[in-house]
Amino acid sequence: MKNITACACLAGALALPGFVQARPVTLTAQLKNYAGNGAYLAVYVTDAAGKYKKTLWVAGKKTKYYKHLSDWARGSGLNAGEFDGISGASVGSGKTLKVTVELADTLIDAGYEIRVDSAAEDGRDNPADVRTPLSKQGAGKPVGGRGYVKSFIYDM
Amino acid sequence: MLRQIHSLAGLISALLVMLIGLTGAVLSINPALERLAISVPAGVSVAELAGRVVRHYPGAEQIQRTASGTIIVYYSAGDVSGVDRVDPSSGMAIAPYAPPAYARWFKELHRSLFLDTPGSAAVGITALLMLLVSSSGLFLLLKRVGGWRQLARPLHGNRSQRWHAAVARFAVAGLLLSAVTGSYMSAATFSFISDGSQDEPDIPATTSGGTPLPAARLPALLATSLADLRELSFPLAGDSSAVYTLRIRQGDAYVDQSSGALLAFRAHSNVRESFELIYQLHTGEGLWWLGLILGLSALGAPWLAVTGIAVWWQRQRAKPRIANNSAPASADCVILVGSENNSTWGFARALHDALRQAGQRVHTAPMNQFSSRHNAARQLFILTATYGDGDAPACATHFLTNVAGIAPNQAASYAVLGFGDRQFPTFCQFAQEVDAAMAARGWRRSLELALIDRQSPQEFARWGSQVGALLGHELVLDYAPAHPHTHALQLRERIAYGEEEHDPTVVLRFIAAPLPASAGWLKSRLARHRLPRFEAGDLAGVMAPGSSMPRFYSLASGSGDGVLEICVRKQPGGVCSSYLYHLLPGDRIEAFIQPNPQFRPALGKAPVILIGAGTGIGPLAGFIRNNTGQHPMYLYWGGRHPDSDFLYEPELRNYLADRRLTQLHTAFSRVTNGVHVQTRLMEDADNMRRLIADDGQVLVCGSRAMAASVRQAMDQILAPLKLDVAALREKGRYREDVF
Ligand SMILES: Cc1cc2nc3c(=O)[nH]c(=O)nc-3n(C[C@H](O)[C@H](O)[C@H](O)COP(=O)(O)OP(=O)(O)OC[C@H]3O[C@@H](n4cnc5c(N)ncnc54)[C@H](O)[C@@H]3O)c2cc1C
Ligand SMILES: Cc1cc2nc3c(=O)[nH]c(=O)nc-3n(C[C@H](O)[C@H](O)[C@H](O)COP(=O)(O)O)c2cc1C
Repeated sequence: MKNITACACLAGALALPGFVQARPVTLTAQLKNYAGNGAYLAVYVTDAAGKYKKTLWVAGKKTKYYKHLSDWARGSGLNAGEFDGISGASVGSGKTLKVTVELADTLIDAGYEIRVDSAAEDGRDNPADVRTPLSKQGAGKPVGGRGYVKSFIYDM
Repeated sequence: MLRQIHSLAGLISALLVMLIGLTGAVLSINPALERLAISVPAGVSVAELAGRVVRHYPGAEQIQRTASGTIIVYYSAGDVSGVDRVDPSSGMAIAPYAPPAYARWFKELHRSLFLDTPGSAAVGITALLMLLVSSSGLFLLLKRVGGWRQLARPLHGNRSQRWHAAVARFAVAGLLLSAVTGSYMSAATFSFISDGSQDEPDIPATTSGGTPLPAARLPALLATSLADLRELSFPLAGDSSAVYTLRIRQGDAYVDQSSGALLAFRAHSNVRESFELIYQLHTGEGLWWLGLILGLSALGAPWLAVTGIAVWWQRQRAKPRIANNSAPASADCVILVGSENNSTWGFARALHDALRQAGQRVHTAPMNQFSSRHNAARQLFILTATYGDGDAPACATHFLTNVAGIAPNQAASYAVLGFGDRQFPTFCQFAQEVDAAMAARGWRRSLELALIDRQSPQEFARWGSQVGALLGHELVLDYAPAHPHTHALQLRERIAYGEEEHDPTVVLRFIAAPLPASAGWLKSRLARHRLPRFEAGDLAGVMAPGSSMPRFYSLASGSGDGVLEICVRKQPGGVCSSYLYHLLPGDRIEAFIQPNPQFRPALGKAPVILIGAGTGIGPLAGFIRNNTGQHPMYLYWGGRHPDSDFLYEPELRNYLADRRLTQLHTAFSRVTNGVHVQTRLMEDADNMRRLIADDGQVLVCGSRAMAASVRQAMDQILAPLKLDVAALREKGRYREDVF
């Protein structure tokens, strides 16, 4: 049984790059020093009109608070399928979130945006705290946020 | 069992309960503070409020109404973003809003000890333990006072026990509520139970997409009252597909920004509503008065922890440790012990050791263990306390049922020694029941039932000499429960009465003994040569030289009077009373104070009836001396002859003159047609009934025989009022200090 699973995984890992061209992208969000508990963040991709496409990362474990990441929540419909396996701990005041995720090549330089929604307990909800175009040129260029995020940068 | 659970859970959780209690008390003030700062206008719609806010905050993002009614606006203006508290009637800023930093700090400490998930888990477990401790504590308290109806009656026990019970009585309801709601919230935090917050409205698939209307004209907001608002989030400017999120008391919904239609309203489920109710009951948010009550109760938690640990420690120290315990089958004497707080075990140990010294093989065990195995012994001693409302103490609860099933040993005989407190209407009732049950079952009684008041070492010693007579050799039971350390006193003044009589009386006034001149500079600086703290009616324990067993004397003064005053009758052949009687000014003695808070005049203006005979006048005179508020006080006192022992006569006349004493009734027995004090009471029955009907309180002090006659007389006097001494005693309106 164990062997069979291992084989299936290996086959999947080898086969995957053939179907979808994807590359690793490192997301770094540095938070401001605000007074309060750890912030919840949703990093996701939208089209130019703000229409939700895909979730890249969610920081914060308790799904019951996800509704406060309101634009993302509305776009993703809070379907667990949209964020399964790509979530981690919330990010404390002044701390940095740094994660590497897989991003399909088709989304790059195609007029899409990366957005970050943020929220913290007893604080404001910040839909579209960060907005930045998703392009090879934009990579590596820090942008500021209007809520809890001090600066955001993606590298690929 | 209940007590073990209570102590164990209490000990484990003590530190955290203290911390959580204190932080909870701090947090409880917030809702009240917030409540002070606001006024909520009636009849305003959410649309009106939003319109007013937008006028001052074009970049408004979110409007919140907190549980206490404060309106908060989150906004951006250019690059800056901020939060303001606004005036709901104008939409204008009042001040930037920042929840106080200390509140956040305390909240975090209260909820998770700054330790995240492990911290929250610890707090959750503490809440559960607290639930266990306060519910078991409530049962113990009820057992202790003898039921719900007696919950308010005066408490007994030593100082820690009384404090523990007194604070528990006041705080238990609030602590129970906090523990139940806290456990629930913790369970919700860890998703063991649902808080119903996942029931979000479905996200609208399409919006009308037209030109946005101003918030003030949106029909859905116009139809919603400000009183129901929780939160309104504005759509991001320029995004025509975005919607308003509206959260109100009843549920959540989205609002279309151009049509103003309510989209996908979802009412809160019952689960959610109960969570919110419980949340409110826990935090007092929006219920500021409850918050304050909970906070006060929470302040009780550290007190309960500290006094609880003290009580536990005292009980541990008094724990039964019987050395050289013979096997039941081979013992000549069996000692059975019924004890709640373990002090009876100390007496049992003294008896055990004395009997062994006298050459007996002795087995000592808790009463519940009594079985036919103990049948071989010739002598059975049963030493038992009474607890609650005349009930069995913890380790004797099965005794009466057990006895019924054991065939009596015809060669053996038994003696019961009851420990109790005469302040209780059911003095030593359990010991009486045990004595009667043994007799009824056919056991042979070797000694009459003897009763010991307030662990009197003297009465115990007296019982010991009876036991010695029974066994045919002298038995010395010199046992005194541990007493506080003593203070050195110096006699300043002695006033003797009836010196030519057989048993004269003396009033003794002591001051704190000055240190000997040889004491060093440091020592004389550090040593307290002040009197200890005491009040009239407390007891002074005096140890005569060469005797470790203290005798007690009722205090006729408070430490505020600057002297320690007692009134002593010299007993024929009495060790301590002779010693005291023969003291001369300048002599020193050692004494300790035993508080006796039961024996005090009640506060308030109700009349106080003081009844006493002989030296029993001591504390009564002290009460009168302190009655500078001139509350009505009536003294009935009995002596022998006005020429020989009219104790305190000149003072009492002064008190009558300055109205500290309302009436004085004396009864002298050794004059022609002499009478006792109870006769005076009967003669004055109408007056007595009037005083009692006016909520009067009775304090009796003096010899046991006198107190018994007074009780009889009072029962007769009170009968027409459908009252008796027992009923008054239950309410703390009839108190005795008898010897
Ligand atoms: C709560 C309380 C308050 C009190 N307040 C006062 C007070 O205000 N004023 C006051 O004067 N007293 C008071 N007493 C009584 C006091 O404590 C003493 O009991 C009293 O002074 C006698 O003590 P003693 O050492 O002189 O006598 P003990 O030596 O203890 O003897 C007491 C009596 O028993 C007899 N006796 C002694 N040994 C034996 C024996 N082996 N067998 C048979 N009989 C024996 C003695 O002859 C004597 O008559 C109070 C007692 C209590 C419990
Ligand atoms: C809470 C409490 C309740 C009591 N109830 C009674 C009672 O109903 N009748 C009585 O005679 N003594 C009562 N007492 C007095 C005790 O029986 C007495 O103090 C006894 O010596 C205690 O012994 P123990 O420490 O071995 O339990 C009570 C004491 C306390 C602390």
